[in-house]
Amino acid sequence: MRRYPLRVIALGYLLLVLLGPLAMIFWRSFDEGLGPLWTSLSDPNTVHAFTLTLIVAAIAVPLNTIFGVVCALAIVRRRFPGAGLVNAIVDLPLAVSPVVVGLSLFLLYGRTGWFGHWFQAHGIQILFAPPSMVIATVFVSLPFVAREVVPTLRELGTEQEQAARTLGANGWTTFWRITLPSIRWAVIYGVVLTTARCLGEYGAVAVVSGRVEGQTETATLRVQDAYENFDLAGAYGISLVLAVLSVVVLIAMTCFKPNQEERA
Amino acid sequence: MAGETAFAAPLTGRRARPSSEGAAAALSLGFTTAFLSIVVVLPIAALVWASRADGLQQFWSVATQPEAVAALELSVGAALLVTLVNAVVGTITAWVLVRDDFHGKSFVNAVIDLPFALPTIVAGLTLLALYGPKSPVGVNVAFTRTAILLALLFVTLPFVVRTVQPVLLELDREAEAAARSLGASELRVFRSIVLPNILPGILSGVALGFARAVGEIGAVVLISGNLPYRTEVASVFVFNHIQSGDQSGAAAVAVVLLLISFAMLLTIGGVRFGVTRHERA
Repeated sequence: MRRYPLRVIALGYLLLVLLGPLAMIFWRSFDEGLGPLWTSLSDPNTVHAFTLTLIVAAIAVPLNTIFGVVCALAIVRRRFPGAGLVNAIVDLPLAVSPVVVGLSLFLLYGRTGWFGHWFQAHGIQILFAPPSMVIATVFVSLPFVAREVVPTLRELGTEQEQAARTLGANGWTTFWRITLPSIRWAVIYGVVLTTARCLGEYGAVAVVSGRVEGQTETATLRVQDAYENFDLAGAYGISLVLAVLSVVVLIAMTCFKPNQEERA
Repeated sequence: MAGETAFAAPLTGRRARPSSEGAAAALSLGFTTAFLSIVVVLPIAALVWASRADGLQQFWSVATQPEAVAALELSVGAALLVTLVNAVVGTITAWVLVRDDFHGKSFVNAVIDLPFALPTIVAGLTLLALYGPKSPVGVNVAFTRTAILLALLFVTLPFVVRTVQPVLLELDREAEAAARSLGASELRVFRSIVLPNILPGILSGVALGFARAVGEIGAVVLISGNLPYRTEVASVFVFNHIQSGDQSGAAAVAVVLLLISFAMLLTIGGVRFGVTRHERA
C-alpha cells in the first residue's frame, strides 16, 4: 500500500512532462484536418528539408557505426597507452552543447579558420553547405554505437575468439564469424540511437548550415522557420512526421534494448 | 606501421601475435585516432585557440560582459534546479519501475526514453502547444523562465532514471529485509542501505543531465522568447552572437560552456573510477 504515493508521483510527473506534450503534437497537427496538413507537407521546401535530413543521416550513421565498432574493439581488446583519453573524447559529444560544436566547426572551416583557407583556395564549400552539416551531425551522434558496444565486448570475453584462432581462423574471419555476431544487438541498438540523434539534430546544424530555405535547411530547422513565419500548420506538420519517426525509434529501442531483467 | 606494431606488442603483455593481427591492431588504432582528431579534437582546439587569440584579458572582459554573465547565470541556475528535480523524481521513477508492479509498466519504461528519440525542437514546439498562449489546460508560461525549466526537465528526464535503474535491479534485497527485521523504518532502510548503493548512479545521471541542461538549445529556443538578460540562455547567446558576427563574444561564452562540460565528464569519470575501485577491493 505504501507504494501508491510513489507510483502516483512518478506517473503524474511523466504525464505532465512527457506524455502531455507528445499528445499535443498529434492533436494540434490534425486540428485543422488532413487537407492543410498535406498541403504543408508537400511544400517543395519541406520535401527538400526532409530529403536533406535523410541524406545527412545516411552518411553520418554508417560512418559512426564503423567508427563505433572499431573504436570499441580498440578500447576493449587492445590495451594501448591513452585508452582512457580516447574513452573520454568519445564521451565528449554527450556533454558538449551542440551550439558549441557548431561554433567550433564554424571557426575551423570559416574564412579565417585553420582549414577554411585551404578549402576556399581549392574552391570547396564546407561551411553553409552539406559537408559541414554532415561533420556536425557526425560529431553529436558519435558516442552512441561505441558506448553500446564497449560493455558488450567486455562481457563477451575473449575465449571464443581465442578458440577460433587456435582452429586456424585469421583475425578477419574471427571478427566476422565470432565477434560481430556476438555484438550485433548492441550495434543495432547503437545504430537506432545514432539515427534518432541524426534525424533530430538542431543546434550544431543551425550554426553551420546558414539555413537557406530549400538548400541547407533540414527538417528540424524548417520547424523553427515555419513557426517563426507564423506557419503553424507547417511547423506542426513537420513535427508530426518527426514525432512519428521518434515513436518508431522508441519501439525499435524497446525491441533491441539489452534486456536488463535478464542481465540481473 | 611496423614500428607501431613493435611498439604495441610489449605493452599488451601477451605473447607475440602474427604480423597480420599486429597490422590490424595498428590500423584500428590509427583509424580511431584519426577519426576522433578530425571530428572532435580539431574543432574543439580551434574554438579554444580562437577564444585566446586576443589575449586572456580580452577573453575575460568579453566573457564577463553583463549580457554574457546573465545568460550563463540563467543557464547554470536553471540546470541546477532541473538537476535537483531530476535527482529526486528520477530516483523515484527508477524505484517505481523496478520495485513496483502495475499494468502498463513496460509501456512506461519504454516512454522514459522519449526525450532521447524526439527531436528537441519538436519537444519545444509541443511544450509551447501545451503550456503556451493557446494552452488547452489554461497554463501559459511561454517566454518566461519557468518555460525554460519545463523544457530542460523534458530533455533531461531519462538520465537519472537510466543510471539508477540497473543498479536497483542488481541490488541484493536481503540486506534490506534484514534491516527491516531488525526494526529499521522504511526511511532508515532507504537512507542506510539503498541510497549508498545507488548514489554513484544518481551522481552520474545528475552530471550528464546537468551537462545536457546547461548546453541545451533546441527545446528552449522556441518557448523561452530569448530576451537578453531575462530568458536568453547561454547557448542561445552563443548562437545569436555568431549570427550577428560577434565571434569573440560567442567563443568566450562557448569556452565557459566547454569547461562546464569537461567538469561534468571528470565527475562521471571520478564516480566510475570510485565504483570500480570499490568493486575490486
